[in-house]
Amino acid sequence: MEIVQQLVNGISLGSIYALIALGYTMVYGIVKLINFAHGDVFMVGAFIGFYSITVLDIGFFPALLISMVACAIFGVLIERIAYKPLRNATRIAALITAIGVSLFIEYGTIYIRGAQPEAYPSGLVPLKSIELFGVKISGQSILILGTSLVLMVLLQFIVHKTKIGKAMRAVSHDMDAARLMGINVNNTISATFAIGSALAGAAGVIFGMYYTKIEPLMGIIPGLKAFVAAVLGGIGIIPGAMTGGIVLGVIEALVSAAGYSLWRDGVAFVVLILILIFRPAGLFGKNVREKV
Amino acid sequence: MNIFKQAKFFWTSIVLAVVFAVIMQFLIVGGTLNQFYVNTLFFIGINIILAVSLHLIIGVTGQFSIGHAGFLAVGAYASAIITMKLSLPFPVALLVGGLAAAVAGLIIGIPTLRLKGDYLAIATLGFGEIVRIVFLNIDYVGGASGMTVTHLTTWPWLIGCVVLTVLVIVNFTNSTHGRACISIRENEIAADAMGINTTYYKVAAFAIGAFFAGIAGALYAHNFYIIQPTNFGFLKSFDILIFVVLGGLGSLSGAVIAAILLTIISTYLQSYPEIRMVIYSLVLIVMMLYRPQGLLGTKEITSFFKGGKSAKGGVQHGSKNTVA
Repeated sequence: MEIVQQLVNGISLGSIYALIALGYTMVYGIVKLINFAHGDVFMVGAFIGFYSITVLDIGFFPALLISMVACAIFGVLIERIAYKPLRNATRIAALITAIGVSLFIEYGTIYIRGAQPEAYPSGLVPLKSIELFGVKISGQSILILGTSLVLMVLLQFIVHKTKIGKAMRAVSHDMDAARLMGINVNNTISATFAIGSALAGAAGVIFGMYYTKIEPLMGIIPGLKAFVAAVLGGIGIIPGAMTGGIVLGVIEALVSAAGYSLWRDGVAFVVLILILIFRPAGLFGKNVREKV
Repeated sequence: MNIFKQAKFFWTSIVLAVVFAVIMQFLIVGGTLNQFYVNTLFFIGINIILAVSLHLIIGVTGQFSIGHAGFLAVGAYASAIITMKLSLPFPVALLVGGLAAAVAGLIIGIPTLRLKGDYLAIATLGFGEIVRIVFLNIDYVGGASGMTVTHLTTWPWLIGCVVLTVLVIVNFTNSTHGRACISIRENEIAADAMGINTTYYKVAAFAIGAFFAGIAGALYAHNFYIIQPTNFGFLKSFDILIFVVLGGLGSLSGAVIAAILLTIISTYLQSYPEIRMVIYSLVLIVMMLYRPQGLLGTKEITSFFKGGKSAKGGVQHGSKNTVA
């Protein structure tokens, strides 16, 4: 039963990765930019959640909402200030800017509030563990999984059933044609950043509750792993990011269970290099022929 | 005629470098320079080697690698094992550090250099992290607490390595092979169509860059008294990257100047590490927004004195081309 327990842990962790990966994959799908700052939006989300819980003294769900809204605004600001002027620049210039923005957020946060970690308040939601076929599933895992699932369903609804979702799909398919059809490309890209950042903010609050410790550099490793998850599922593909996140979480949990918990951080990158070598389009992706 | 001019320029630079090295040696031995300046000088030297070696990969060949600290780590640990565990002399350690990093460059380069742009960047980033985690988990090299290393890096070794690195990379860039690498940077598909074995040249540039990063690693390890896996994280790769980007992607002298300037700035900001990183990141963002080709673009500093002649390793003047 140990293994099932680890699987449950892996799926909980994986759904956090999946939430972050969704932001990566949506942004990449639309502007072909690896938004390195995404992991730091996740960190900012965790801190906003922490301060709303401790300072404003509100519950878990209102804090989650505040964090999502604040992160959405933050994401749009980043996009407007740093990425929009570079839309026609080279890919490398955009990538370097993204790295710069990421470091700026990390060290700006350290400069403002110091590098000391904070402990997330526990017992926000009264939770009971349940026993299922002899496996004890903690209430926390269920809450994480439930929240992530609700958010993902909501995202699918936005992308497939609303006007802005249609615009997003059109822009990611062909930006110029979408512009000719009268779609406001700039607003659509901002909306994509807003939605992706809101999901990262939610992931931040959930992560803080799950691991109980947050600090300004916490976004780097989960951010990179979420990117691995996005590549694993096929970057630009929304169901791919969800699957990739959960697969990665499960792989990590199994590696830990096998007694190699110190190697856990390395496994994600090994997976990344393997997937890039053998199936660069990802699990759900199609191979695209290069045209000259 | 041109060859004579080039040879003259070459020997003048060598003589100047030797004179500089000898003067500095007297200043250091005589104690005119205090320890603070000597340390800064050593860091500048190591950073120049790192910047120039990454310049070969990013600036000349156009392969965006952000895992350079991985090679630095391989060189540092390999050389530390040679001197500390096997008690062999320092020159052997330098060579082994370089070779180990070059082998690591080959191992990582052959599979990943088929990738392009963003994917290559991420794969090299992943490689850098894997190297760090591997050293973190090997007890033989001390795990997380690291390895103590005796101080063996001396000024003659350091300046010798710097001059050697710059010479090899300048000459490589100006050779047939270097031209092939530049053509890959300018347009990989066109280079392929012209009959250049692009994979071979990409891997070669990667391995040479890794070799010199490994030498820098050996010098770094024997200058620092202790090496720990945390010294070789993503931030270290980023430090090296910013030298190359700031100096100008494709400009060797730009990378050297940026390495010197930024090392001096960061030495003075040492007591405020977060301000240093905030300034670095702002410089990077503003640079990309307003001058994406870097300080010197693809020009070399020497081209400003020659008046309009095409510079080493660069494209023709006035060209707007940047990497990728």
